[in-house]
Amino acid sequence: MYFFPFLAAYLLIRRIQKAFKNTPLYPKWNRLLSASGLAVLALFIVSGLYFNHKVNGFIAGFTLLGILFYANKEDDLKMYKPLLKAHFPLVVAVLLSSVVLIIAPDFYSQWDNYFGFAVFGSFIWIYARWANTKKQQQELKIVADQKDELEIMVTERTAEINRQKEELQDTIKELRATQVQLIQQEKLASLGELTAGIAHEIQNPLNFVNNFSEVSTELLDELKTGPLEKLPEAEKEYATEIIQDLTVNLEKITHHGKRADSIVKAMLQHSRTSTGQKEPTDINALADEYLRLSYHGCRAKDKSFNAQLVTNFDPTTPILKVVPQDIGRVFLNLFNNAFYSVSEKKKELNGSYEPAVEVSTILLNGSLEIRVKDNGTGIPEHIRDKIMQPFFTTKPTGAGTGLGLSLSYDIIVKGHEGKIDIKSNEGEFTEFIICIPV
Amino acid sequence: MKILVVDDEADVQPLFLQRFRKEIRNHEVEFDFALSGEEALDYLEKKHSEVVLILSDINMPGMSGIELLSHIRHEYDMPPPVVMMITAYGDEENHRQAMQNGADDFLTKPLDFNILKEKLKTFVHNG
Repeated sequence: MYFFPFLAAYLLIRRIQKAFKNTPLYPKWNRLLSASGLAVLALFIVSGLYFNHKVNGFIAGFTLLGILFYANKEDDLKMYKPLLKAHFPLVVAVLLSSVVLIIAPDFYSQWDNYFGFAVFGSFIWIYARWANTKKQQQELKIVADQKDELEIMVTERTAEINRQKEELQDTIKELRATQVQLIQQEKLASLGELTAGIAHEIQNPLNFVNNFSEVSTELLDELKTGPLEKLPEAEKEYATEIIQDLTVNLEKITHHGKRADSIVKAMLQHSRTSTGQKEPTDINALADEYLRLSYHGCRAKDKSFNAQLVTNFDPTTPILKVVPQDIGRVFLNLFNNAFYSVSEKKKELNGSYEPAVEVSTILLNGSLEIRVKDNGTGIPEHIRDKIMQPFFTTKPTGAGTGLGLSLSYDIIVKGHEGKIDIKSNEGEFTEFIICIPV
Repeated sequence: MKILVVDDEADVQPLFLQRFRKEIRNHEVEFDFALSGEEALDYLEKKHSEVVLILSDINMPGMSGIELLSHIRHEYDMPPPVVMMITAYGDEENHRQAMQNGADDFLTKPLDFNILKEKLKTFVHNG
């Protein structure tokens, strides 16, 4: 009868020991468990040899009870509580049988088999409980695993949705930029058409002015050599004087007419609709032309503005296949920015500051490097990576669209497979370096 | 040499007359004017044989200079008059069309009368 509690105690110890193997708890518990296992065995043998069976039941029952109480208090063994609890019926059965055996030996022998069954039954009960608990734990584990799996799926989905959201936001941003660029291009295009129309209309009357003034000069010459000769000497001097003045006036009309004519021609040239076709272009000439155009544009806005224009062109620059209107627009943007920057610095410093804008070209390792440098206000470090973004502008509201550099970037990088770099020291200079592959 | 100038701008007439004053006085050239393509065709109907050279603008209301040119080339080929077209500055398209329709020469606006006189001289010599 006392055999079962000892066996149960020994098995419990062995099970825990086995479960602790390969866990951090093993070093702490191993020796204690081995020792107590051996102790249980020893106790079993000792009680079998030296004590009679009346006492053995109590020894076995209390040994198991002691182990159970001790284990129950330990936090490390918390997860074995259901298993520990399953041992209590065996303790109760053994102790009860032992008590009955001492108090009423007759009664005990009469119902001997039933007590035996009770003890054996409660021993079996432990393992039935144990198996059941194990099954429950497995099921719980499966549920927990499924939960984790779902959790991971939800996280993945969320991440994907977030990524899509960001992509969409980026697309919207890009679309917005494209839209404004289109509007800008449309505006420029209609402005171009308008100037072309105006230039054409002005050209005809201007031709008449020029032609009539020229023909009048000729008529005056004819008058001088012809009828004038027949005048009396006294009148002649007076008439010559008037004719002299008239000739000078006509020359002035012709001169200014020609001037207007060249402006009209320049307007027609610039407003010729951009075909978007790459054509062989002399970059040096283009840069020079736009430098002057930009400079005169700035002078037109502010009469007091003045800047030194420096050009350093590499004479070996090859003729490049580019879209001249587009590259021209890039030049215009860069030069306009440069002139804006130096004029701002001039306003700040005045005095001895000498504004200068420099453009240089050089052929380097199979690509043409174009540098546009100004000694203006410079670009602060923290905005340097933003200036190519659409809508970014440092100019006061209404003075800049924030699209100039963004358009330039697109033209150079996307349109011509080139690149744009920026060098700048705040308060000292800004330099844009464009590389176009040859 | 009789020259017909076709241009919708009326002021072209005194300009030509003054520019060619000497030549007209010396009876080297004689000018007639038409203000439109239609008027030019009417004129040619009546005085076809007299006209040696036609100088025509391209951009005109009504019949354009190109249309006038193609009418002339189809209707008056015996003897074919010399036709010079006046094209606007940088107008490649009209230049090409005029070539296709059989223009003999081109002048660009604004008219350079010295060049025109040179050209007329070569025609006189060749003719």
